[in-house]
Amino acid sequence: MTRRYSALSLFKEGLAGQTGWQPAWRSPEPKPSYDAIVIGGGGHGLATAYYLAKNHGIARVAVLEKGWIGGGNTGRNTTVVRSNYYYPESVELYGLAHRLYEGLSTDLNYNIMLSQRGMVNLCHSTAEMEIGARTVNAMQINGIDAELFSPDDVRRVAPIYNFSANARFPVFGGIWQGRAGTARHDAVAWGYARAASRLGVDIIQNCEITDFIIEGGRCRGVQTSRGAIRAERIGMAVAGHSSVLAAKAGFRLPINSYALQACVSEPVKPILDTVVLSPGCGVYVSQSDKGEIVIGGGLDRIPSYAQRGNLPTLEAVIAGLLEMFPIFGQLKLMRQWAGIVDVVPDSSPIIGESPLPGLFLNCGWGTGGFKAIPAGGTLLAHLLATGKHNDISRPFDLDRFASGRLIDEAAGSGIAH
Amino acid sequence: MQLFPCPFCGPRDETEFHYGGDAGNIRPDGAEMPIDRWAGYLYLRTNPKGTAREIWVHMTCGEFFVMERDTVSHKVLSSAALDGEHAA
Repeated sequence: MTRRYSALSLFKEGLAGQTGWQPAWRSPEPKPSYDAIVIGGGGHGLATAYYLAKNHGIARVAVLEKGWIGGGNTGRNTTVVRSNYYYPESVELYGLAHRLYEGLSTDLNYNIMLSQRGMVNLCHSTAEMEIGARTVNAMQINGIDAELFSPDDVRRVAPIYNFSANARFPVFGGIWQGRAGTARHDAVAWGYARAASRLGVDIIQNCEITDFIIEGGRCRGVQTSRGAIRAERIGMAVAGHSSVLAAKAGFRLPINSYALQACVSEPVKPILDTVVLSPGCGVYVSQSDKGEIVIGGGLDRIPSYAQRGNLPTLEAVIAGLLEMFPIFGQLKLMRQWAGIVDVVPDSSPIIGESPLPGLFLNCGWGTGGFKAIPAGGTLLAHLLATGKHNDISRPFDLDRFASGRLIDEAAGSGIAH
Repeated sequence: MQLFPCPFCGPRDETEFHYGGDAGNIRPDGAEMPIDRWAGYLYLRTNPKGTAREIWVHMTCGEFFVMERDTVSHKVLSSAALDGEHAA
């Protein structure tokens, strides 16, 4: 029976006819009670369960997932991992995630295929270069690797960009983060699920929350499509559906849900070995290991829970892509989809206890949740285990909207919503 | 391309419209406003899955109006000029 993945186990299974592999995680029936419940079987929820068991020794944990694990935004993002943010609070948060990603394949004994191929945020004018220099300086002061690229540097990493004299968005330079890159998004969900399951966490799919059990003003469990499940500490990491669960728990959140689209082309030979983002074109693009060109852009401008997106935004994104890379004009799009993202006014996440005691929040990641999965899991696990913030999560508490101490990354790092 | 009905101009492309927030989120009045109520007005949203009552602006004619919409199917249920409640 093969439990650990390694070259040796692969070799042995090859000799044994591949008969010893086990399912990567168990699928037990839900128990009536746990020490902690995590709602949402995406990356953040699964990571929370894993770190509860690993960092805090709390393994009587259930992850409750309405559909299948990793089927929401974890399986719908463009797989970019980066930490090029402006404010020190954000740097602490995304820097933690980035560092954990770098060791994650080893930690989980699961290859998440992290490829640190670097990312360049282009600057299209002198003014944008000044802002770029400010961002690079801020990142360096905060201890994050960053470099201000000249046009020649950009040409070196992305020679197929539209450098023609009549380009609508000429390149004046860029913000380079060499440690940025991509990771296999499904593997992140499956790796955390497998590692959590091996530590004793119950992963329960097809289990929808229908209501919260509230006794004495505290959240003491959940009613689900598979019966009542009780716990003293409950965390939710449900992204675009946070407001729906909040309504069941009796409070509102500073969140609007929007569709964020992405698409991939047919696979082609290697042609783009970095991640390129153009704020002017409103597009970022990379090439997957399979050869597909992975294309992302801005939000649909219509609040939505439909995981499909509308045509005008897709059209604008493709137009921007072709402005950046005219060479992609002959590619055929293979798939297009959307995830429902939880957009917060200051484009920073919400991590902390909810207005309903006993229920803890990990939401508001908006368009940038995937890159933050290891940090979101670590911090929600800390909250569930101790009932208290740690220093990294405290600035992101829901109370910042009453105190006015927002962390405005929309302005700070130019997030376009 | 989806068509949204402007109560003044009739059906127009979705790209001509801009979302303006929850209908019924009225600015609280008075200097002695409790901070939670003010924060609620500024930031908290109902963000419903299903039928939503929203303020929209038709940017080409500049008029604000109330649109009822299903946020899952994107079907428009109604569209009407602002009532007295919002027209302050």
